[in-house]
Amino acid sequence: MEKRVVFHSRTLPYLLVAPQIVITLAFFIWPASQAVVQSVLTQDAFGLSTKFVGLANFEQLFADPHYLSSFYTTVFFSTSVALLGISSGLFLAVQADRVIRGAMAYKTLLIWPYAVAPAVAGVLFLFLFNPHLGMFVFALRSLGYDWNHALNGPQAMFLVVIAAAWRQVSYNFLFYLAGLQSIPKSLIEAAAIDGAGPMRRFWTIIFPLLTPTSFFLLVMNIVYAFFDTFAIIHQVTKGGPGDATNIMVYKVFRDGFVGLDLGGSAAQSVVLMVIVIGLTVVQFRYIERKVHY
Amino acid sequence: MRKWTIGLAAAAGALTALQAQAATEIQWWHAQAGALGERVNTIADNFNRVQDEYKVVPVFKGSYTETMTAGIAAFRAGKAPHILQVFEVGTGTMMAAKGAVVPVHKLMADTGVPFDPKNYLPAVTGYYSTPDGKMLSMPFASSTPVLWYNKDAFKKAGLDPNKPPKTWPEVGEYAKKLVASGYNCGFSTAWFTWTQLENFSAWHNVPFATKANGLGGLDTEYKFNGPLQVKHIQQLADWQKDKTFVYGGRDNLGNPKFIGGECPLYIESSAGYGSFKAGAKFEFGASTLPYYPDVQGAPQNTIIGGNSLWVMGGHSKTENKGVAEFFRFLSLPLVQTYWHAYTGYVPITTAAYEEMKAVKFYNDYPGRDIPIIELGGKQPTENSMGLRLGYFAQARDIMYEEIENIFAGKKTAQQGLDEAVKRGNVLLRKFENENK
Repeated sequence: MEKRVVFHSRTLPYLLVAPQIVITLAFFIWPASQAVVQSVLTQDAFGLSTKFVGLANFEQLFADPHYLSSFYTTVFFSTSVALLGISSGLFLAVQADRVIRGAMAYKTLLIWPYAVAPAVAGVLFLFLFNPHLGMFVFALRSLGYDWNHALNGPQAMFLVVIAAAWRQVSYNFLFYLAGLQSIPKSLIEAAAIDGAGPMRRFWTIIFPLLTPTSFFLLVMNIVYAFFDTFAIIHQVTKGGPGDATNIMVYKVFRDGFVGLDLGGSAAQSVVLMVIVIGLTVVQFRYIERKVHY
Repeated sequence: MRKWTIGLAAAAGALTALQAQAATEIQWWHAQAGALGERVNTIADNFNRVQDEYKVVPVFKGSYTETMTAGIAAFRAGKAPHILQVFEVGTGTMMAAKGAVVPVHKLMADTGVPFDPKNYLPAVTGYYSTPDGKMLSMPFASSTPVLWYNKDAFKKAGLDPNKPPKTWPEVGEYAKKLVASGYNCGFSTAWFTWTQLENFSAWHNVPFATKANGLGGLDTEYKFNGPLQVKHIQQLADWQKDKTFVYGGRDNLGNPKFIGGECPLYIESSAGYGSFKAGAKFEFGASTLPYYPDVQGAPQNTIIGGNSLWVMGGHSKTENKGVAEFFRFLSLPLVQTYWHAYTGYVPITTAAYEEMKAVKFYNDYPGRDIPIIELGGKQPTENSMGLRLGYFAQARDIMYEEIENIFAGKKTAQQGLDEAVKRGNVLLRKFENENK
């Protein structure tokens, strides 16, 4: 008997995807469209007076040199978080995959940090690197290195990158581990019999076979670094010192929720949305070609 | 017999339920967490106990920002609470929202509840009033910066623990001695923008912004790049070299510096008392803010921080009457002395302050009257009544950024403050345009 995976009913497929569509509309498309509408208005916090101002909010943004510097900060921050998170995740997954005894314990421990909310991760690292009572600061001082991220921009950036990437390592680890386990053992054994060393096996067999995972993680990590990290910035540096860690999503949060500048904040989130959509398109068009499925 | 008792109990129960229903409910959204939240509940409980017409229901809504955002969102959805607690930074926004709030003076007049603005400490109510003295919101938790100092460190450095520094030159002198005696930091401060720019300007009677710091109109401009402020910030920047001054980070991130005994001289809100008392393993005292003795008229008075209660519009006459009655209750000396004694916030009425003096509270707790002395020492001038500046939260961020550039050595004090004024003025113009 022929086994067919085809829907006979015309409405059933639509019904099955309907919940997902409804959720996407209600929680993604609708708020995003609201942001677009809000970005061409100026409105007081209470919505008592609303004025259509066209692109004035955007003009103000791009005329502000601090906004442009925030753009470069964001690029640096996101690239660092994604690269650090992905490479550490890959390294740990490869190591954990080779462990024979107690593998489960290692895996569980490595996945744990993902359960920590970004804000809490921020607080953790804030304590470790607190200029007055942090453990790491104490160690660094005894080595003669003065740590003060309240005034040293590169140190502050280093701190928020570590805090943001740390949590993401678990997520990347999980996907890489699954990727590694789906690589047929016979392939690696054959290479070993042919005389390829561990490094050679990794770079010519394992890594190319992991490219779909790496590609997926690249997209996810960039999105994470762009959108989900404001809580870390808020806890650790509040964008300072100067504007050294003032990434775009944090500015959206500060201006919108703390400053109640709805139009300006909405314009910034539209810019952010366009950037991430653009990045994702670029990634799919150019990087995906190098992916082996 | 038994049946009858049950019947009576049921009837009594129904009666209480009826009474509870009859009481008009007043929603009070606030941002006081932990121990302060319990004090808020105690105040509401007592109000509900002394009368049965109204029932105040305090609801904790998270941080100051979250509470304000929640209140605004509720207003936009037509479900505003009756009373919304707003931090002092949000005052400009609330004052501009003319259709959304009921000014306190109008509420009191409309409902006929007795109210005399003269009973309140002018330095407290000034922040929340129009320039001609009409109260817009009811001050609730009000604090002001004071100089905290570590008495044990003073002894170690050979300084008199009962003689804290009075002026800025003395602060420098003391801090240098403390550093010489082995401390890694002489002086630091929390809430840098609030203490070293806003309050510094008021304390020396120089403008922070034009038009009476914005109280006189939306067409105000920042002025904190004057010669005195520049001199002060440059001095702090120079003091960093030998650790006489150490920058502790934004907001009150530097508090562990004082509590941990690293910085013996520390400026922080009078409301910091609770956490210092709980955390510090040394004897500490409080003193008035330092000033420059060569400035005419200094010290003037400080301005407050903290929060006030705004009456949201769109409620019935009965409900508004309940809010007014609650405000009258809040202003009673008994409530004010309770709040002041347990929190480190200042009382808002002169009567409450007099009563605290009468019971010799300040003899038992020396230094607790410092904030009141700072606030009420002189009749406030237009430089020291308060601030009403649009988008002030962002303006404070800008000030922090530029201050950090100065302390990191990237800019001089003049360059940094000029840039902060320029950037702040852009926000003021934006706010002016939106609220015309």
